[in-house]
Amino acid sequence: MKCDLCDKPAMVHEVVIQNGNKVEMHFCAEHAAAKGYILPTVPVTQILQQFAAAGKSIKAQKAAARRCEACGLTFAEFRQTGRFGCASCYDAFMPSVAAIIERAQSGAVSHLGRIPKRIEGQADRAAIRRQLIKEIEAAVAAEQYERAASLQGRLHQLGMDTKPPTEPNS
Amino acid sequence: MNSNADTDVVVSVRIRVARNLAGFPFTGRASDTQRQEVLQMVTHAPLAGEFPDGLAWVNMNQASAQERQLLVERHLVSKHFAESSLPRALGLGHNEELGVMVNEEDHLRIQSILPGFRLNDAFALARSFDQALEETLDFAFHPRWGYLTACPTNVGSGIRLGAMLHLPALRYSGEIERVKRAAKDLHLAVRGYYGEGTDAIGNFYQVSNQVTLGAPEEELMQHFRDEVIPKLVDYERTARQMLLETNRPLIEDKVYRARATLKVARLLGAEEATKLLSTLRFGICTGLLHNLSIERVEQLLLQVQPAHLAQLDPFAVEEEMGRLSRASLVRRALGDYTEGSPEI
Repeated sequence: MKCDLCDKPAMVHEVVIQNGNKVEMHFCAEHAAAKGYILPTVPVTQILQQFAAAGKSIKAQKAAARRCEACGLTFAEFRQTGRFGCASCYDAFMPSVAAIIERAQSGAVSHLGRIPKRIEGQADRAAIRRQLIKEIEAAVAAEQYERAASLQGRLHQLGMDTKPPTEPNS
Repeated sequence: MNSNADTDVVVSVRIRVARNLAGFPFTGRASDTQRQEVLQMVTHAPLAGEFPDGLAWVNMNQASAQERQLLVERHLVSKHFAESSLPRALGLGHNEELGVMVNEEDHLRIQSILPGFRLNDAFALARSFDQALEETLDFAFHPRWGYLTACPTNVGSGIRLGAMLHLPALRYSGEIERVKRAAKDLHLAVRGYYGEGTDAIGNFYQVSNQVTLGAPEEELMQHFRDEVIPKLVDYERTARQMLLETNRPLIEDKVYRARATLKVARLLGAEEATKLLSTLRFGICTGLLHNLSIERVEQLLLQVQPAHLAQLDPFAVEEEMGRLSRASLVRRALGDYTEGSPEI
């Protein structure tokens, strides 16, 4: 999250009610100080990271300890740097990866562009297909029709059928 | 949009393609041996088509601090890349219109930077190099996420489209913060003169797309070229017109003071020179200054940067001498060079 007044990371987050409307404000250390907010000695982002790493729930602890077998990067390390270690991390940290990418990419759910000639057809298409179908079903269940259509678009682009081959009623 | 018609606002365009070699950890996680191997594979890859002579490679660990700074000033490498100590190289081709960083955050950062609004040409050049490499190298690719990158914000097409915009009127009129917020809503990143984490010295802003996933490359580019940038160009032009209509003396004062200062100054810092030259650029674009071209001002904007100046005048490496040398260079360029006291 960036400061409302400049590009630096926001350290102070404030919710106020203005004319009956909820307004969120985010400021970096300098702008927060200029506006009279008292800053904690440790930046909030750092506290959040430590909090996330410590993980109060067992689920959070397990998530942070997940490790990519190919390069050894843990999910906690990824959270700290925002950088993956290798190509396998993208599969190792699913489903968190899907949520992170969708957030970073303004809701885009899959690549729709060029596919390199040399690797066409080499990837694990069956696994991708299963994953996409699972997410389409979840999107429909949550009434996220636009997202479902977008995922279906990717299935089509990969030359796959949207219906599983072993559909019981087909 | 005509490339020459937009130089009043669009200084240059940049296409950056991020790629990683399949089978290797990304740069940050790779061992030095693996980084060397990546370097070897890329610099020795045979290139067909448009690049029969290959690229000229600069080993960054053998380049001096001044040479590395020169590359930053030309926007050919990121500050991060210039300051890193990892095994890394920069490839240059097509008269420096193409630059390839090896072992940046991603194994490959292919960049094409062109003056004016020549987005199509920059896109074609970067893409043709990308495809030439892809003939012999395997890039990390995922059926769902596309081209894989160290940071998930670059995944998919791996292509970032950027434009360096000169937005003095939006800054003077106080509209720039509103425009920045609007840009955020359009999923654009607005950065300073030397990219991420740098200031917009001289009111030069780098604007780039933040979404690299979910649409074909051509569609992303078309949107940026036909909708995003023209909108920002229009905002700036409207602000310029408004300022001239409502506050002409203020604008004239800024422009003529900048010219006067540059003509008589005996000591000039790089940042001060950049700001004043930026104001001259604004003066030319608003018709207040004649007998001076945008191209000449842009050439000076580069020459007054510390590493460029030190190339012209080896004594200028020392800061105080640099200030003296810079002021002299600018006075000569503006045709008012006087050895004695200035005529005002």
